[in-house]
Amino acid sequence: MTVASPNDFQESLQPQGWLRYFSFSLDHKVIGLQYLVTGFLFYFIGGALAGVIRAELASPISDFVSRETYNEVLTLHGTVMIFLWIVPVVNGAFGNYLIPFYVGARDMAFPRLNAVAFWMIPPAGILLIGSYFITGAAQSGWTAYPPLSITTPALGQVVWIVSVLLLGGSSIFGGINFIATVLKLRRPGLKLMQLPMYCWAMLGTSILVVLSTPVLAGTLLLLSFDIVAHTGFFNPALGGNVVVYQHLFWFYSHPAVYIMVLPAFGLVSEILPIHARKPLFGYTTMVYSILAIVVLGLVVWAHHMFTSGTPPWMRLFFTIATSFIAVPTGIKFFNWLATLWGGKLALNSAMLFSCAFIVNFVFGGITGVALAQVPFDIHVHDTYFVVGHFHYIVYGGTVFVIFASVYHWYPKFTGRMLNEDLGRLHFLLTFIGFNLCFAPQHWLGLNGMPRRVAEYDPSFTTLNQISSVGALLMAVSSLPFLYNVIVSAFRGQVAGDNPWNALTPEWLTSSPPPVENWVGEAPLVQHPYGYGVDEDTLSVQAATGRDLWSGAGRR
Amino acid sequence: MPIPSSLVTLLVGMALVLSGLWVGYNVDLLPLDASANAPVYDSLFRVLFSIGTILFLGIVGLVVFSLVRFRRRSGDHTDGLAIEGNLLLEIVWTAIPAVVVLFVGIYSYDIYERMGGMSSLNDHSAMHRMPGMETMEASVTTADPALEATAPVKAPRVWGGIGTAAGEANVLPVEVTAMQFAFIFHYPEGDITSGELHVPNGRPVELRMKANDVIHAFWVPQFRLKQDVIPGQPTVLTFTPTKAGSYPIICAELCGPYHGGMRSTVVVHEPDAYDAWLQKNSPVAATVASAAGNPTA
Repeated sequence: MTVASPNDFQESLQPQGWLRYFSFSLDHKVIGLQYLVTGFLFYFIGGALAGVIRAELASPISDFVSRETYNEVLTLHGTVMIFLWIVPVVNGAFGNYLIPFYVGARDMAFPRLNAVAFWMIPPAGILLIGSYFITGAAQSGWTAYPPLSITTPALGQVVWIVSVLLLGGSSIFGGINFIATVLKLRRPGLKLMQLPMYCWAMLGTSILVVLSTPVLAGTLLLLSFDIVAHTGFFNPALGGNVVVYQHLFWFYSHPAVYIMVLPAFGLVSEILPIHARKPLFGYTTMVYSILAIVVLGLVVWAHHMFTSGTPPWMRLFFTIATSFIAVPTGIKFFNWLATLWGGKLALNSAMLFSCAFIVNFVFGGITGVALAQVPFDIHVHDTYFVVGHFHYIVYGGTVFVIFASVYHWYPKFTGRMLNEDLGRLHFLLTFIGFNLCFAPQHWLGLNGMPRRVAEYDPSFTTLNQISSVGALLMAVSSLPFLYNVIVSAFRGQVAGDNPWNALTPEWLTSSPPPVENWVGEAPLVQHPYGYGVDEDTLSVQAATGRDLWSGAGRR
Repeated sequence: MPIPSSLVTLLVGMALVLSGLWVGYNVDLLPLDASANAPVYDSLFRVLFSIGTILFLGIVGLVVFSLVRFRRRSGDHTDGLAIEGNLLLEIVWTAIPAVVVLFVGIYSYDIYERMGGMSSLNDHSAMHRMPGMETMEASVTTADPALEATAPVKAPRVWGGIGTAAGEANVLPVEVTAMQFAFIFHYPEGDITSGELHVPNGRPVELRMKANDVIHAFWVPQFRLKQDVIPGQPTVLTFTPTKAGSYPIICAELCGPYHGGMRSTVVVHEPDAYDAWLQKNSPVAATVASAAGNPTA
C-alpha cells in the first residue's frame, strides 16, 4: 500500500517555517495545530457571547441588548461552542496530531482530505459570525426547532444552516479519516488491543460521526427547503410534522454529546497514567465501555423530547436506555480512580485539570441520570437545571480536558514547557469560576427559571448575579492562560523530547517532531502504559524503533 | 493496634450513606408543592438526590484522598505500582451501578405511573370531549387559516402529555391556546375565555392544549408539570391542585423574542371562591379576554 505523505509533493511549493500554519499543509501535525488555534479563536468569540448572556441576566429585566439580539447571541453561542470549538478541537486538533503517532504512521490515511476538512472550518465560522453583522444571525437557538426557525428572519437561518452543513461535512471527512487511519495504517506488529486508549475513543467517536452527522445534514437540508422553497416537511400549516424534526435533530445531537466527550475520555486516559506513573487500570473494560457507549448513545435521543409529542411507551423506553449509559460511563470513572490509587501523582496543571474533569463530569453525570427519569425531566426540562447540567458535561468535562491536554502536549507541540505557576493559577480561577457560574443554575431551574430567557422573576436575581460573577472569573482565568501559551512559545524552559518520561509513541521523537514523525523507523509500542515495571535498560531517547521492535529495551 | 482497613472502609461507607440520606431528606431545593403529583415527584427527587449525594461525595472523596495521599514527594522519580486491572473489581463496579440504575428506572416508572403518565392518551380524550370544543376551535380568530383547515373535526389525536382523569366524573376541562406570547384559557363549561387559569382546589383539571404559531410549553413549577404545546399536534395535561394560591405559568420552549415575558398565572381558588369567579365571568360579556400575560412583565 502506498501512503501519501507531504514529501510526495514538490517541496518548493509547500511553505516552510511559520508560513506552514497558514497553508494548505498536508502534515497531520500542522493540521492538528491549525485546528487547535482556530478552535481557541472561536472559543474566545463564543466566550464573549456568553459574556453578553451573563451581562443581560445580571438583572431580571431585558436591558442590556434587545430581545432579538439576545436570541441571536444565544444561538451563536451554542453553535460556535459546539461546532467550532469543542468538536473540532477534541476530534480534529488532538486527533490529527496524536492518532498517526499512536498507530505508528507517518501521516493520516487521507492527508488531502484532512486538509480539506480543516479548511472548511474557517469559511463556515466566518459565515456564521458574519451573518450577525450582515443579515442578522439566526434566532431560534442551536436546536433550530421549526416552526420558530421557519418564522424567524429567513436569511440568518439559511446562513446558519449552510454553516452547520459545512461544519458537519468537515466532521464527517475527519471521521472517515480517523476510522481508516486507526484500522488500516497501524504499524505492522501493532495489535488493536495494544493501541493507546485515545485511538479507541476516536474510533468510537468517528463511528458515531459517520453514522449520525449525515442525518443532521439531511434534516437541515429539508428545513432549508421549508424556509426557502416553502415546502411543508416541518411546517404544520402545510401539513408538516414539527416533532419529526426533533427526532431527526436529536438523532444526531445526542450522539454529538458523545462526539464531544468520548475523545475527552480518551485524552484523560492518556494523561492520567503518565502523571500518576501507573498503568491505565482495566484497559480491556475501558475499550468495551467505549463501544457500549457508542451503541447505547445511538438509542437514547428521545430523552430530549420527554415533554414533546411523545407517547408514554417511548418516554419509558428512552428512560431505561439513557439510565444504562451510566453503567459503561461509570466503569470508565472507576477505572480512572483505580489508576490514581497508589500512584505517584504529580500535582501539575495537566493532572489538576484532569482530576477536576472527573469531579465536574461525575456531578454532570449524576444530574444526567436524574434527567433521564421522565417524571424528573418533566419538571426541569428546558430550564436552567438543564443548562447547568450540560455545562458540567461539556465545559466541566470536555473543556477542562482540553486545558489539561494543552498543558500536557504543549512541550511536544513547541519544544518548550508552559509555566506551571501560571497554569495552577489558571486552574484555580477556572475551577472556582466554573462552579460559581453553573452550580446555582440547578437551583434556578428547579424553582422556575426557564432557559433561553432575557428576563426572569426578580426573586432569582441574586443567584443569577452570582452566576454572572462566576462567568467573569472564567473570563479572567483565560488571561494567565493566554499569556502563558504565547510567552512560553518563545521563552519557556526547553522541554526536551520526553519531559514527562512517558511511554506513548509521540514522546519517542523530537519536540517538535520532524515531518513524517520519526527520523528512522517508527517505534513499536506494545505497552503504552507499562509504568512501574523495571526501568528501561535503554535510554528512551537513544532507542531506535528496531530496539523497541525486538523488545531489547524492556526487561 | 492499627485499625484494619476493611473496618475503616466499612465505617467510611456507612458515614457516606448516612450523610447522603441526611442531605437528600433535609436539604430542600424545591418550590412549594401545590398539586396532587408534586409530593410524588418530591419523593423521587429525594431518592435521586440521596443516591447522587452518596456517589458524588464518595468519588470526590476518593479523588481528593488520592491527590493528597499519593502525591509525588519531591525527589521521588520512581513509578507507582504496576497494577493493570482486577477482574473482580471491574465486575463489582459494573454490577452495582447497573443495579442502582435499574432500581432508579423501575422506581421512576412507578412514580410516572402514579402521576398518570402511562394512561392511554387517546381513548380518554375522546371520552371527555365536550360539545363546546368545536365552537371554540372555530372562534380563535388569530389562528392561521391553513392550520385551521388541517385541524381534524372530531376528537383529534392527542400526541403527548399526561392524562390521569380517565374515569373521574368531575374533571374540569379547559382548552388552552398558546400563541406568541400568551396563553388563552377557554372554559367549555360556561364559555368563559380568560388570560389567567382559574381552577378550584381539589378538582382534577384537564388542559387540552394547542398552539397557533410556534411550539410553546406550559409549565407550572409548583405543580411539577410541563408539556409542550405543539402546532398541529394537540397535547393534554391533567393535574389536581391541592393548595389554594397563585402560581406562575411559564412558557418553557423558546418561542421568539418575548419568550421570557410569556408568563401567566394559575389561581387555585377554594371551591366557593371558584364558583363565585365562575358566576362573575359567566355572562355573555365575559368572552372578552382579560389581558393575556403582559409580555413586558
